[in-house]
Amino acid sequence: MRTRSFLLAGLLAALLLGGVASYYASSHPDGLEHVAERAGFLDTAEEHAAADGPLAGYAVESVADDRLSGGLAGVVGIAVTLLLAGGIAYAVRRRVPQDEDAG
Amino acid sequence: MHVPDGFLDAPTSIATGVVAAAAIAVALRGARRELDDRTAPMAGLVAAFVFAAQMINFPVGAGTSGHLLGGAMAAVLVGPYTAALCLAVVLLVQGLLFADGGITALGTNITLFSVVAVGAGWLVFRGFQAVLPKKLGLVPVLAGVAALVSVPVTAAAFVALFALGGQAPVPLDSLLTAMLGWHVLIGIGEALITALVLSSVVAARPDLVRGARPLLAGRTLEIRTAATVREATS
Repeated sequence: MRTRSFLLAGLLAALLLGGVASYYASSHPDGLEHVAERAGFLDTAEEHAAADGPLAGYAVESVADDRLSGGLAGVVGIAVTLLLAGGIAYAVRRRVPQDEDAG
Repeated sequence: MHVPDGFLDAPTSIATGVVAAAAIAVALRGARRELDDRTAPMAGLVAAFVFAAQMINFPVGAGTSGHLLGGAMAAVLVGPYTAALCLAVVLLVQGLLFADGGITALGTNITLFSVVAVGAGWLVFRGFQAVLPKKLGLVPVLAGVAALVSVPVTAAAFVALFALGGQAPVPLDSLLTAMLGWHVLIGIGEALITALVLSSVVAARPDLVRGARPLLAGRTLEIRTAATVREATS
């Protein structure tokens, strides 16, 4: 498989997970929340400082449809994460010698 | 397992913030050895995939769910230093944009995910790889085992932090038991997802899997640029 095809397939898989499958994710509390609730310290959690943000809770604020709202939020998150992590990776990578000569 | 603001007191949160900052500094240096023009896009993809996969909470029974941490998976795919950076980026995006994982708890979460989960996953993977036959087919299995171990280890690390700076008086032995119990179950899900992803990538492009590198050396034909030769001989 060519590298470009491979990367596109991976990105497509991520978009399907975050943009489509995430709608079907379990909404039960996760392991930590569950344990915190049982042990009685869940209420020590504070309101998140970004709780009123436009994407808070993996939902786009102005989109009423849950499926679309969550899917869009997932796609935005994937795009931001991809650009940020990819950008850092490009910045710290080893340059091939030609680049160093040119620079 | 995203820790919200308020679970841990300020001194503990500041301390984990310092640990996280130091870990990122070390990871930025270490990732230079793992990343080149070919693998840099993989780092972006792995971070994006972990973000997406963490949106999928799977049920683990009795009204509880879990999702992938992704530390072991990322470490085997792109190497531990790059994986630590990937997880830190995921947590930053989740905390700032999606209100998932506290902002004062960002250092705590980076410590747990980037240091503990990635570190435990990579050590278990490399430990088994060192003593078992050098077979490509074992990579997904060992990644799965590493993933399975990494989740309860990370849960135990949270309990250790809670022992230092938890904001509520909770008996630690029962907290540890509960956290380990649930996170072994979540770890099984983590192991299955990790093994599935690794078997797909190993089947398609084993040369892009950091944890498969030692098994491919001398076996595959590659176009050697000065950079790969320098790496092979260093």
